[in-house]
Amino acid sequence: MAQMTIVKALNEALRDSMDSDPKVLVMGEDVGKLGGVFRVTDGLQKDFGEDRVIDTPLAESGIVGTAVGLALRGYRPVVEIQFDGFVFPAYDQIVTQLAKMHARSLGKVKLPVVVRIPFAGGIGAVEHHSESPEALFAHVAGLKCVSPSNPADAYWMLRQAIAGDDPVIFFEPKRRYWDKGEVHKDGVPQDLHRARVAREGTDLTLAAYGPMVKVCLEAAEAAAGEGRSLEVVDLRTLSPVDFDTLQKSVEKTRRLVVVHEAPVFLGTGAEIAARITERCFYHLEAPVLRVGGFHAPYPPSRLEEEYLPGLDRVLDSVDRALAF
Amino acid sequence: MPFARLYPQWVTFLLRVAGRDTCHRPERPRTHPVRQPGPGEPNRSPEDPGGRNDGGVDVTVDSSAVAPSAPGGVPTSGDEPQLVQLLTPEGERVEHPEYSIDLTPEELRGLYRDMVLTRRFDAEATSLQRQGELGLWASLLGQEAAQIGSGRALRNDDYVFPTYREHGVAWCRGVDPLNLLGMFRGVNHGGWDPNSNNFHLYTIVIGSQTLHATGYAMGVAKDGADSAVIAYFGDGASSQGDVAEAFTFSAVYNAPVVFFCQNNQWAISEPTEKQSRVPIYQRAAGFGFPGVRVDGNDVLAVLAVTRAALEHARSGNGPMLVEAFTYRMAPHTTSDDSTRYRADSELADWEKKDPIARLAAHLTRAGHADDDFFAAVEAESDQLAKRVREGVRQMPDPDTMAIFENVYADGHALVDEERAQFAEYLASFVEGH
Ligand SMILES: Cc1ncc(C[n+]2csc(CCOP(=O)(O)OP(=O)(O)O)c2C)c(N)n1
Ligand SMILES: [Mg+2]
Repeated sequence: MAQMTIVKALNEALRDSMDSDPKVLVMGEDVGKLGGVFRVTDGLQKDFGEDRVIDTPLAESGIVGTAVGLALRGYRPVVEIQFDGFVFPAYDQIVTQLAKMHARSLGKVKLPVVVRIPFAGGIGAVEHHSESPEALFAHVAGLKCVSPSNPADAYWMLRQAIAGDDPVIFFEPKRRYWDKGEVHKDGVPQDLHRARVAREGTDLTLAAYGPMVKVCLEAAEAAAGEGRSLEVVDLRTLSPVDFDTLQKSVEKTRRLVVVHEAPVFLGTGAEIAARITERCFYHLEAPVLRVGGFHAPYPPSRLEEEYLPGLDRVLDSVDRALAF
Repeated sequence: MPFARLYPQWVTFLLRVAGRDTCHRPERPRTHPVRQPGPGEPNRSPEDPGGRNDGGVDVTVDSSAVAPSAPGGVPTSGDEPQLVQLLTPEGERVEHPEYSIDLTPEELRGLYRDMVLTRRFDAEATSLQRQGELGLWASLLGQEAAQIGSGRALRNDDYVFPTYREHGVAWCRGVDPLNLLGMFRGVNHGGWDPNSNNFHLYTIVIGSQTLHATGYAMGVAKDGADSAVIAYFGDGASSQGDVAEAFTFSAVYNAPVVFFCQNNQWAISEPTEKQSRVPIYQRAAGFGFPGVRVDGNDVLAVLAVTRAALEHARSGNGPMLVEAFTYRMAPHTTSDDSTRYRADSELADWEKKDPIARLAAHLTRAGHADDDFFAAVEAESDQLAKRVREGVRQMPDPDTMAIFENVYADGHALVDEERAQFAEYLASFVEGH
């Protein structure tokens, strides 16, 4: 058991995965000597060598395309995309090849590739460094998508993603990278594709993942001060979504607000709202509401504080849901 | 509760269904028979999708790992290509068989002034970042000759597609340096009008702009104009598929575009050897157009070579690749720590090839400039730094509602709806909500 940041937890997960399986490779831009721009791969090349921790040419399609080939040859590549906005040169390889090859081979080949993407905003960055493209991947059959919100999940979810035989798009909440938490390496991890009730409550359920879990926990704390009991579900997994856990929560609280940074229009919240409405129609006291980004490009950093869903916007939706 | 009004249909719908607690699903016969597993086929439960858990075929790491090749595999210093050079690091004028230049003393002094002012502006931006006025800065330190030499080779009607580091080229195009700082301060994503100086917005996604330059050049050719287009990119960018595609398109369509690669030896922490086994300029040959490597710290050679390349393009001979061999003297950006991956000795070696010092030496030796001139340029650069400093500090934050501006040219109902909702939400605070 140790206190560590999400960066450190991810680093340990990579290290332990490489230790336990010689087929695990780490590849990406600047992952070697530099240790990645966020230092997630810090020290790995020194300890595992340039054959296993590979500084690639600056070409994302190349990174993912060769990871597919390496996987076909029995390796388990964990590739790093430097920032969310730079995954798109690789989008073709991910969608047309990585996602579909297992099915096309009638199950004969497996593609255990993990694509790590530091995602979402809040760090005052320039354009293309704050995007939330998760729905674009969750929409694609053949890919699994997950997003940890804390160090313990970061560690275990990455280990599980690497150990699994399906391609996983692993969304890392970059603005929480330096948040600390307990990691129990000898514990029994929760299933990768299960949600977790992060805080129990009775009046309304807030569902979130990655960077927004913290905001929702703070909102629940603030609401408690006003005599409202909010339950917070950390979804953890976006494809598949653990609707059972969510359904159980909503059947109890009868109200649901889904929170994410990504634009609301056709975002993951839209799918969750539709499914939960279907599953819990007779339990709901209010429509499922969504809080998220707008149908506009991610703004310049001086506006991001107002753009990003914060405590006020979450609580405003809570008010609206409770007023129905 | 102002927002309840936005969902009247929901309210009525919920009222309508309230009280109903069962739902009837008519039994329908299955139209497709459920396939049963055949003999010998595993009967899998949904929890066990089957398949191997060993990660695929059994291959040992030894049998497939390729040992890192000795430096002998790549062109060694012995067959290292000759750089086009017209001014040695010591400031001595030399001749080149193919590329020559004849500049007046005034023109030479102009190039010196451009480089000094650009460097000063760049240094000011770096310190503004340190002071928290900018979120980030990508310094061009060391690349002044590559940028001023190529920038001054351009005609007014030529068009430039920069990366995010072309502050010197922007200077040559007459873009106000303050304009460049908006995106680094975080008040916009570029914001200047590309057409007012024929200088496109900075492009952060590596390599993309080489295709835009190619398409623009295809348009120039279609129009029958004799303008040329120049696309800047880095050594790292040379690996991107977009760049290879730009080479292909420009060659196939004989587009009047010059690909100007500043090989500053590093792509963040990766040295150029991680991108290419051949000198980058040699890539052009495989696509069917000429490539040349120029001393990127020699402003005269860069000017001469870029002029020739632009002339090649505008006279209908198609694209050309110029590799300016230079060095990124600063970290990648203000967020980077370059001590983690490169040695001080390398910096010291390149310091001796400084582009400004060598032109200063030449100007002095040739008697083209005296102390008064150098002092005047220094004073002017102080003025520029002051103007930039004050200008940045006064740069206003954008209005919150700017989030919704210019998303579409012809408008969009969803943007309008969200803008109105957000305005109402913000107003609810003003009213003491
Ligand atoms: C498609 C894409 N991938 C990754 C990045 C992150 N990134 C920004 S600059 C850079 C290195 C660029 O190197 P180079 O092309 O040599 O240009 P330089 O910065 O040296 O001028 C990287 C990897 C990016 N901006 N775009
Ligand atoms: Mg470079």
